Amino acid sequence: MTSLKRRLFVLLLAATGVIWLSAIAWISLGSRAELERVLDTRLQEAARMVHSLAGSAMTSTASAAVDATGYARQLSCQIWSLDGRLVGRSSGAPDGRLAADQDGFSDREVNGETWRVYTIVDRDKGVRVAVGDRLGLRDRLVRDLVAGMLAPILLVVPLLGVLIWAGLGRGLRPLEALAGEIAARDGEDMRPVPTEGAPREVRPLLSALNGLFGKVEAARRHERDVTAFAAHELRTPLAGLKTQAQVALAAPDAATRDGALRQILVSVDRTTRLTRQLLALARLEAMGAARPEGTIDAGAVLRDVVASLPLPAGTTVTVDPALDGLRVPAEREMLHLVLRNLHENAVEHMPAGGRIAWAPLPGGLGLAVEDEGPGIPDEELALVTRRFWRGRHRSASGTGLGLTIAEMAARRLGARLGFANRSDRSGLRCALAWS
Amino acid sequence: MRILVVEDDPVLSDGLKVGLGLSGATIDRVATCTDARAALAAARFDAVVLDVMLPDGSGLDVLADVRRRGDATPVLLLTALDETSDRIAGLDAGADDYLGKPFDLDELAARLRAIVRRRDGRASPVLEAAGVVLDPATQVATVAGEAVPLSRREFAVLSALMERPGVIRSKSEIEDRLYGWDEEVESNAVEVHIHNLRTKIGRAAIETVRGIGYRMRGQP
Repeated sequence: MTSLKRRLFVLLLAATGVIWLSAIAWISLGSRAELERVLDTRLQEAARMVHSLAGSAMTSTASAAVDATGYARQLSCQIWSLDGRLVGRSSGAPDGRLAADQDGFSDREVNGETWRVYTIVDRDKGVRVAVGDRLGLRDRLVRDLVAGMLAPILLVVPLLGVLIWAGLGRGLRPLEALAGEIAARDGEDMRPVPTEGAPREVRPLLSALNGLFGKVEAARRHERDVTAFAAHELRTPLAGLKTQAQVALAAPDAATRDGALRQILVSVDRTTRLTRQLLALARLEAMGAARPEGTIDAGAVLRDVVASLPLPAGTTVTVDPALDGLRVPAEREMLHLVLRNLHENAVEHMPAGGRIAWAPLPGGLGLAVEDEGPGIPDEELALVTRRFWRGRHRSASGTGLGLTIAEMAARRLGARLGFANRSDRSGLRCALAWS
Repeated sequence: MRILVVEDDPVLSDGLKVGLGLSGATIDRVATCTDARAALAAARFDAVVLDVMLPDGSGLDVLADVRRRGDATPVLLLTALDETSDRIAGLDAGADDYLGKPFDLDELAARLRAIVRRRDGRASPVLEAAGVVLDPATQVATVAGEAVPLSRREFAVLSALMERPGVIRSKSEIEDRLYGWDEEVESNAVEVHIHNLRTKIGRAAIETVRGIGYRMRGQP
């Protein structure tokens, strides 16, 4: 698991460390250059001082100890005669010759150590004055300086770490509070998480989360509705069957008993149809959306459907001859399912003596059916394919599943099912269209 | 008992009409919320059997409207949703009882008798007046320890009178108990039933109040 807190902590600490190290490197380089300059100037001045002394007290104090103060034995001084004789030297000065042949600064190797030397050659007095210090000493000086800066830093780093860690904890607390709030919810609680008061950076995440909550809640409400409808649609016929059976058993006369038995037959027929449709629906749901490969004759399938369903007396069905031989990209069983449910729906809602008309779609591939029933109120049109939905103009034998099945099967065929009320008279027009 | 059945399934609705009719009740039927509201506003019922899922809305809304109007008619909810939460919602909406589908017809009849009894403030399951004991569960009257079988209509007339002993019931009130909306009222049916009842339970039990109606003698 990646921890945002740990990540930020490492990043912050590393960034702080890098900045400090760069600062130290800069300071040490800068100090070194400055130190060189100061020490060189000191060498030069010391050399001039010794030179001026050498002029007046040369003879009396042949070996005057010139001990440059400051760091013990840091500066060493030698005075040579021009002919190469060591006239005098300071107490810490090396035995080897420091002095160069020319005036000015030079780096000289003496007794295995590198010295920085300033030499004054005075031909009038006949002397060479050389003052020098060890480069090793200079390095140690810089090292000490840097070490002096590093020591407190090393002490402060753990403290800084603690502060950063605590600060991050505090900064990330709103996140933890949100996580706590969401974690504490039970599975039923789909209320949106409040975004006011949440940090700006987290708001997009919260919005996405709330969107998801909304979708889950809608899906669940739909599921609950379907379950409730299914319970109603399955249990009501059972209740009817049981009640009628009890009536038949308790009937005091043959007429009452016969009436109850007839009602039982009606109910069994309807329940049979409901069972068939539920099974069709379950099959459709289990099926993948496989696009049909070939084309089939929609007219032939339609004539099959029309012939297989009994019509109430007085109702007529017309099938436009243009439908015969109409090839549509469909699989036979699936198209049969669509057409059968559309046809059943039309038959159910027909008044006595009405006409059901099947015709090809005028401006495209597909077919449509028009009935002369009451139609569907416009505000209910969008609901007709809902499971178990039965509108205001429900038929006695409807199950609320027919158009759901037709629509699902049509989608499996890659076609679209449209519903509209007829404009010329009352009635519904269902169009199955391939695009 | 005159009962309004609000149920959209025709088979179940028919079964309730015939089945509850066998236990001596007169049934009127509607299938939608709209019709139920109209029926409840127009007539007085002893009880309502109300389906929750109706084509044009929820029976619970009808129930809420009825209660808001101050109508205390006992209501028994009949529904396919019989989870505890649904029962609670129904009872809290003002229902007197609740039965999940499918149900037992005899149990439904017994529950209806019970909620009507409670409405009348009676604890006893039987009606008593003028030395007559009437058991609504069996539709049998007992006079001086002797069981007297009654026809369905006779039972309906006698129970209408015995529910409020001493209170005068008009002829049309009694007719309301005898006939549903879709039944033809026979003009002198009430007189005929009263006459038959008097021969069965004794002449003195039912008093004719001339020009107004009938009442049971005895303590109100």
